[in-house]
Amino acid sequence: MPPVGTSRLLNNIMVRYLIACGRVLSSLRLTVLLLGLGMVLIFFGTLDQVHLGIHAAQAKYFRSLFVLWQPVGADWSIPIFPGGYLIGTLLFLNLVAAHGTRFKPAPKKIGIFTIHAGVVVLLLGELLTGLFAKESMMRMDIGSAQTYSEAPRETELAIIDTSSKDDDLVVAIPESLLAHANVIQHPALPFALKIVKFMANAALAMRSQASDASPSLATTGIGPNVVATEIPRTVKQDERDLTAVFVQINTVQGALGTWLVSNALGVPQSFSYDGHTYELRMRQKRYYKPFTIKLLDFRHDIYPGTDIPKNFSSRIRLIDSRQKEDRDVLIYMNSPLRYSGYTFYQAGFDNNDKTSILQVVKNPTFILPYIACGLVGAGLLTQFSMHLVGFLRRRRP
Amino acid sequence: MKLWKKLMPWLVAAFCLYFLIAFFFEGEPKPGYALREFGRFPVLLNGRIKPLDTVARTSLLILCGKQSLRVDDGKSLSAIEWLIELMTRPELADDRKVFKITNPDTLGALGLQGEESKNYSFSQLVPHAQDVERQAELASNVEEQLRTPFQRDVVKLYERATLYFRLKNSLEVADTDDFQAEVDAYAKTVSLGLPLIKPARNSEPADAGSEAAQRFSFLAQSAYFFPIPPAGPSGKPEQWKKMGDSLLTAKKDTGIPKPALAYAAMATGYRKGDAAAFNSAVNEYRAWLQEHVGKIPRTARLEAFFNAFAPFYKSMTLYVLVFILACGSWLVWPTTLGRYAFYLLIFSFAIHTIGLLLRIYLEGRPPVTNLYSSAVFIGWGAVLLGILLERFYHNGIGSATASILGFLTLLIAHHLSLDGDTMEMMRAVLDTNGWLATHVVCITLGYASTYLAGFLALIYIVRSVFTSSLDNETATSLSRMVYGIVCFATLFSFVGTILGGIWADQSWGRFWGWDPKENGALLIVLWNAIILHARWGGLVRQRGLMAMAVFGNIVTSWSWFGVNMLGIGLHSYGFMDKAFPWLIAFMMTQVVMMALAALPLKRPLPGK
Repeated sequence: MPPVGTSRLLNNIMVRYLIACGRVLSSLRLTVLLLGLGMVLIFFGTLDQVHLGIHAAQAKYFRSLFVLWQPVGADWSIPIFPGGYLIGTLLFLNLVAAHGTRFKPAPKKIGIFTIHAGVVVLLLGELLTGLFAKESMMRMDIGSAQTYSEAPRETELAIIDTSSKDDDLVVAIPESLLAHANVIQHPALPFALKIVKFMANAALAMRSQASDASPSLATTGIGPNVVATEIPRTVKQDERDLTAVFVQINTVQGALGTWLVSNALGVPQSFSYDGHTYELRMRQKRYYKPFTIKLLDFRHDIYPGTDIPKNFSSRIRLIDSRQKEDRDVLIYMNSPLRYSGYTFYQAGFDNNDKTSILQVVKNPTFILPYIACGLVGAGLLTQFSMHLVGFLRRRRP
Repeated sequence: MKLWKKLMPWLVAAFCLYFLIAFFFEGEPKPGYALREFGRFPVLLNGRIKPLDTVARTSLLILCGKQSLRVDDGKSLSAIEWLIELMTRPELADDRKVFKITNPDTLGALGLQGEESKNYSFSQLVPHAQDVERQAELASNVEEQLRTPFQRDVVKLYERATLYFRLKNSLEVADTDDFQAEVDAYAKTVSLGLPLIKPARNSEPADAGSEAAQRFSFLAQSAYFFPIPPAGPSGKPEQWKKMGDSLLTAKKDTGIPKPALAYAAMATGYRKGDAAAFNSAVNEYRAWLQEHVGKIPRTARLEAFFNAFAPFYKSMTLYVLVFILACGSWLVWPTTLGRYAFYLLIFSFAIHTIGLLLRIYLEGRPPVTNLYSSAVFIGWGAVLLGILLERFYHNGIGSATASILGFLTLLIAHHLSLDGDTMEMMRAVLDTNGWLATHVVCITLGYASTYLAGFLALIYIVRSVFTSSLDNETATSLSRMVYGIVCFATLFSFVGTILGGIWADQSWGRFWGWDPKENGALLIVLWNAIILHARWGGLVRQRGLMAMAVFGNIVTSWSWFGVNMLGIGLHSYGFMDKAFPWLIAFMMTQVVMMALAALPLKRPLPGK
């Protein structure tokens, strides 16, 4: 057969194939299938929260392309179900394809168009939130001021050069790096860190109370007196993981020793090298802000004669020297402070009502669901009113 | 037959009238004593000002699951009579069988057996007090969600016993014989300005003043509610006092507050069987309240009326009747029975609505504030939609579906009310009428309409499979109804769910957290969307649509109750293990109905 014919045939097959694909992609059957898969995914994703906790379940089912299954004890996993990102993307394509092919613009269809536009905004909003939103916490005692917030579930190892009178020089190494790296070197540090052992969650006990424990990997600092045992990551919403790392400081002259660092250890450990004093501190990962928040007062109101909480509120002072802002703000339930792209919510309290915990959220796309709500609401209302009017007209000629 | 048809309207009207006003003519619970008036007096409890009648009813509900107490001689004791007896004549009350204990493990652990009614008196429990305390203490060390049914039951029993003990020591210390005399003697000490508690010396016996002080501070600690209002209309809820505190803080110049004196007189009057003394104290206090406290007593009186009127119980009973009439209309006298079913449905709905409005007024909140009120409101919404359907179609289907849903949801509400006060205060985040009125109302209307579609479909399936009463025309109109209601359900559940996300964004900073309750709501939206798309795409016809609508019942029940049983997330209101088997049973029946809908029809539906 001449080559020209082959390519035409191939072309034909391709075109047919594409048309078939387009037809499937734009079909209502696919819509129904995807919505059904979504329901199954959500159902099992909800059930699994009992075992995994809400955050791990979110990552496994909804913020993933596939739900992976890992047999007990295996180090590999296989996809067993489409994840939230995949279903969401396909739904998005299905919707776009349907509007590209099946839907003809008509005044009658205005409701459907608006609803679908709202759904697109909603899907986009959830995707962008998943990708870009950052949640952190600010924990402050009454009277104290803070310029940073802390990640609730991520830690970092801070190495602080405290030698200078005016400023501390801080190098912070995120947990994700500590977990996977072997040796870490940073231009600001005259030594290297060797990660001897990393534990994402550990139970710490004094060695004096655990006599049969194996010898510590730590050689200096508080480490030799402490027994760290690795435990599974917590699934409870009100608990946080206690990271523990054995880290060896290596200089050109040789090793200075191995320290045990953990956010469970309150007191920072320090050592000297080359005329500088360094502090080692495992802490919640910090996000610094270009402004200061000072907690002036915290109130925990209850209904009289009960311990049922009525309201929690924090009176804070917001100080921003760039913007010349210096004002008091009251943050309370359902009434957050929005400032400079961040939103501050009253999230909790501690320490006999002397500590307030604010949730800090940076979500550049927070407005999208509001738009979606308007679009979907208006669209549904238009569409179904048109149905209803038509129905009533038919009944009463 | 003709006479029967003529009489019918009069019979129905007379029945309705009787139903509405019968309770106005009920006498006092205890002849001679102004107990009803006593039950209207306001007290502060759990942050809310409510009448004593509500305290009595909810306490009795918590103790034995009923609002009145059956006594041995076949009579029954009203809640308020039981309460005043407990507070003033505890030696009698202690022999009343108010503790319902059904868990066999609890009975076994306490060595209690043999009561057929499973009801036990306080006196019967006293010998086992230590066992109860020990078991409850053991169980309280276990996290609430991990407790076994026995542990949960025994903790509850301990809490109930505590409640009983505190009620008993609310007006006076339980062993008091003449409280009025005790208060009078104390009043003299106060008016002389003597110090209450003298430094104790070993040689001297305790004097009357310090003994009273001891008794009153015990009263202040153990009392369950705050009966003493602040004088003046500007009084705040914080200023209400317990009996003991009110006596202990009495000043020389003002003396003992009038309400405390009045309650002391009532207590002693009732204890001594002196109806005249009791009644005059009640009347005096009522007059004092009107003069000094302003609007509050009126709200409490309204609530006591609401309790006695029992609108939800009344409409629940009527819905059964409507259902029977509506079903009957498909077999005999379609026009007459259908019409009366509809009238009765309107009447019942009116009572339901009055109840709902009274609750809204009393609570000062939108209709849905907790699981209990969601049940009441879902029923109300479904009945409203059912009435509209009946207005259009006149075929009894709207009435039948509305009444069965009204009945079932009010029955669920009744069981949810057994936990105590249904108008509890709203916790911090929930203390916002704006969101309660929009998000929560939309979501519950979404539930209501999804259920309505599901139950319409059930009628279709039952009538097409088991009877020959479904003709082609009715079948078509049923399928129109289901479609219309599913559209409605999509609107409300979709908008409600997004509004919930926006509320979450306002209070926690995240629009969507994949929390179980949020996911449950999303499942309803998705399922309704699937039904609509499947129908538009021609993937299902009439019977397929019906089967899908029935599955909506399962999805909605999961979202309404199932997720609460997971016990995780921000929306979990408590563990309802008793309801779990019922939920599963309901879901199973729905699966069976869906299977029936999938059976091939032996014959086509008859045309009319």
